[in-house]
Amino acid sequence: MKIILNNREEEFAGSSMTIRQLLDEKQFAFRMLVIKVNGVLIKKEEYATATIKDGDTVIVLHLMSGG
Amino acid sequence: MDSSTRDILKNKKVGIAGCGGLGSNCAVGLARVGVGRLIVADFDVVSESNLNRQYFFRDQIGTKKAFALRDNIRRIDTQIQVDAHDRKLDKPAIAELFGGCDVIVEAFDLTEMKLMIVEAVSEFFPEKPLVAGSGLAGWGDNESLKTLRLGNITVCGDGKTEVSDQLPPLGPRVAIVANMQANVVLEILLSNQKV
Repeated sequence: MKIILNNREEEFAGSSMTIRQLLDEKQFAFRMLVIKVNGVLIKKEEYATATIKDGDTVIVLHLMSGG
Repeated sequence: MDSSTRDILKNKKVGIAGCGGLGSNCAVGLARVGVGRLIVADFDVVSESNLNRQYFFRDQIGTKKAFALRDNIRRIDTQIQVDAHDRKLDKPAIAELFGGCDVIVEAFDLTEMKLMIVEAVSEFFPEKPLVAGSGLAGWGDNESLKTLRLGNITVCGDGKTEVSDQLPPLGPRVAIVANMQANVVLEILLSNQKV
């Protein structure tokens, strides 16, 4: 399947995956992430269950301290 | 700036969540170009350690940051309306204070607060532009500072430097990111204007 991840097209095996699988596959290990799938915010508790499918637009944003 | 651009900016309202290194510098940047109304909020007071990067002065130590920032903006331009809130922001406060803003600026220091405002904006006004800062610690490395546009959220910073004892937040880099945020805000406010 192909998704748009942070403005870039990326291809993954299979027809769907959970947020957790995406984070593992991309090796995103940051503590504080903002994740949106098709504009909808996905909360941390939902990472294991919320799924991404072909054609989805996904945002994974790492926020870090300092201001 | 031509008069029609000035008029557009005069009628815009920008919310700035946090009046520290990002918020104070971003607010001043927006005030200097004549954004008519700024809603600024912070619960903290100016301390000596803030003066390495925040738009405050020695004689303001001990003053509430939101009020000190309002005073400093008035010294630049008396026409700008600054609504200053001495208040710790949470989701309900963000909904209440920033609902009428054209753009919201995320200017917190703590990661948890940055996450909170992204969630609040997503819940209450998912279409509203939010301009955040992420990755501004240390010095040098201008090349890594960039702007990432993700739907309604725009993030300015290097996306990698977390503040620590070895990588403190310092005036030059913090003010660059704050002004990158102000520049994105202007871009959004004037997006219907021909350049």
